Amino acid sequence: MNTKILGAFAAVALLAACSSPETAAPTPAAPVTAGPTPGSQEDLVANVGDRVFFDFDKSALKSDGQATLDRQAAWLAKWSQNRVQVAGNCDERGTEEYNIALGMRRATAAANYLMAKGVAKARIETISYGKDRPVALGSNEQAWAQNRNAITSVK
Amino acid sequence: MKHIGGDRLTGGEMIHSETLPGSRPRLLRVGRRGLIAGAAGLLAAPSFAGGAFAQATPAPAAPAPAGGQATAEITVDRARTAPIPIAIPDLVAAGGDAAQLGRDIAGVITNNLARCGLFRPIDPAAFIKSGSAGDVPNFADWKVIGAQALVTGKVDSLGGDKVRVEFRLWDVLPQAQIQGTAYTTTLSNWRRIAHIISDVIYERLLGEKGYFDTRIVYIAGSGPRDRRVKRLAIMDQDGERNQFLTDGRFLALSPRYHPTRDQIAFMSYLDNKPRVYLFDLGTGRQSILGNFQGITLSPRFAPDGNSVIMSETNGPGADIWTVGLHGGRARKLTDTGGAIDVSPCYSPDGTQVVFNSDRGGDQQLYVMGADGSNVRRISFGKARYATPVWSPRGDLIAYTRFGGSTFQIGVMRPDGSGERVLSESYYVEGPTFAPNGRVIMFWRETAARDSRGNGFSSRLVSIDITGFNERVVTTPTDASDPAWSPLQS
Repeated sequence: MNTKILGAFAAVALLAACSSPETAAPTPAAPVTAGPTPGSQEDLVANVGDRVFFDFDKSALKSDGQATLDRQAAWLAKWSQNRVQVAGNCDERGTEEYNIALGMRRATAAANYLMAKGVAKARIETISYGKDRPVALGSNEQAWAQNRNAITSVK
Repeated sequence: MKHIGGDRLTGGEMIHSETLPGSRPRLLRVGRRGLIAGAAGLLAAPSFAGGAFAQATPAPAAPAPAGGQATAEITVDRARTAPIPIAIPDLVAAGGDAAQLGRDIAGVITNNLARCGLFRPIDPAAFIKSGSAGDVPNFADWKVIGAQALVTGKVDSLGGDKVRVEFRLWDVLPQAQIQGTAYTTTLSNWRRIAHIISDVIYERLLGEKGYFDTRIVYIAGSGPRDRRVKRLAIMDQDGERNQFLTDGRFLALSPRYHPTRDQIAFMSYLDNKPRVYLFDLGTGRQSILGNFQGITLSPRFAPDGNSVIMSETNGPGADIWTVGLHGGRARKLTDTGGAIDVSPCYSPDGTQVVFNSDRGGDQQLYVMGADGSNVRRISFGKARYATPVWSPRGDLIAYTRFGGSTFQIGVMRPDGSGERVLSESYYVEGPTFAPNGRVIMFWRETAARDSRGNGFSSRLVSIDITGFNERVVTTPTDASDPAWSPLQS
C-alpha cells in the first residue's frame, strides 16, 4: 500500500519535471530517479514481467512463462508487503462460460507456481475475466496469443 | 372478465379479456402465474386447424355465416413453405388517439406475424376499401386479394387512460369467425394487447402456442472491448420497450429468466467478485445467490422455479451445484477434480441435466440425472460443443459448436442423434428457445478487421428450429447472451 502511494507521488514528480518550460535540467536536489519506483506495479511490469501466455485451450505454463513467474516470485520475496491479483484471460475463440472457468484454470496455474516458489497463499488472489478483458483488440492469431494470459497486478 | 396477467414493469395494470357477444365463453387453461389466462371465445369451429389443435375442444358454430366448415388444413410444416396469407387492416376507431392506437396495434401484429415466417401479411395497399356492414366483413373484398385469414378489430377509449380493444379473426373462404375477444386495459399496455392478439392468431391458425407476449433478457455491450461495458437489459421479443437494468459499473453476463416470477439470475462482477446473483425486476435489487468460495457462473432455473443450477470454479476446474431459492443447503452434483463442468440446463420435466464438460479432453455435451447420477456423453462430432439448452418441448437440445475456423448453432435429440447445424459464422454462441420451442435466438459476433478492434459487432439473431427465417433482432447497442422469458400471459 505504501509503495503504491509513493509510486504515484514519484510519477507526479516526474511529470512535473518534464513539463518544466524553461529548462530540461532536473533540479539537483530532488530525489527523483529515472524509471518506476522499486516494488510498484510499474516496476513489476517494466522490470519483472507481469504476464505469462498460454496455448489455445491450455493452462500449461511454458518455459518462458515459468521464467517470468520465477522473477515474480523473487520480486515478491523482496517486496514482502505486496499482495497480488492473478487474473486469467482467454481469447475470443471460445464460449463465454467455459472461458471464465478456463481463465480461472490459467490463473490457478500461475498462482500455484508462485506458491511453489514460496509466495504465501494469503498474498495471492485469483480471478478470471474469461474473454471480457482482452489486451489486444484484433481478430487474428497474434492478438489471440496475447489474450491467452495470466496477468499479475499489485493489489 | 378474465385477468390475463399483471405487468409489473409498467405499473401492475391488469388486462381484462371478454368473449364477444354471440360466442360461447370457454376457459382455456389456468395460467402459469395462477391466474386465469385467456378467454378464447369461439364463434365458429376452428377452420385452419392443424393436427396439434385437435386436442382443443371445438365449440359449436354459433352465427357462422357460411357453415364454418374447415376448408384448409394448415400446419406449421405447411406454413413454413407456404406462409398463410393474412390481411390485418388497421383496427377502426372513432378517431383521434384511438385511431392511432388502431394503426399501431395492427402494425405490431403485422410485424410479429411477418417476422415469425409462417404468415404472409398482405400489403395494405392492396386492400379494397368498400367498407362493411357492422362487424361482419365483406369477404369478397378479402378473397379477391388472396387473403386466407383476416383480422378485424376496433378500439374504443373508455375515458382516462382506459381502452377497450376488440378483435376478430376470420376464415375468409368459408366466411367464418374463428375468434372474437375484447380486451380492456390501460393505454400503456397496448403493446401487450397486440402481442396477446398475435399469440391468439398464431395458436388458432397453426394449432400450437405462440411466443409473442414474451420478453428477452440480454447483455448490452458498449465501448472498446478492452474496457467493455456490459449491462443487464430487457426488451420485448420484437426489440421494443428496451430497458437497461444495471448501470455498467460492473460486468454482467449470462442472464436467465425465472419460469414463473419476474426475476433474473445472472453473473455479476459487482465488487470484482464474480458471482451468480438474482435480480428482481419489480424492485431492481440484486442479491447474491449461495455462499461460495470460488467464482459462480452459468445459472439456470429449475423448471419448478425453486432452485438454480450453476457452476463453481474450484481452481483448475468447475463443479455443478444446485442452490435453493428458499433456503436449504447447496448441493454438489458433479465433482471431477480438475475438469470444467459448466452451462448446466434442466430438461423441461426437471429429471435430467445437460451440461458442458472437458472431462474427456475437450468441450463436449453430457447428460446426467438431476441428482448427478448416470452421466453419459451425447456429442461425438469432430468439434467442440458448448452452451447446451433443452427445448421446452423436451425433444431437442440446442448448442454452440466450434471446429475449424467457424462457430455454429445446432440442434440434436437428447440422445445425441439427429445433429443439424442451423447457423454458421465467424462467431455464434448461446442459443435460447422461445417458450413454444419453435424459434431459437442466439448472438453473432463479427471479426475485428484491425488491431484497434474496428469491425467488431455483436448482434442478436433469431432462427426457426428448421434453420429457415434467420433474422437480426434490433437492439440499441451491441447485444449478447439472450434468454427468452416464458409467455407473460
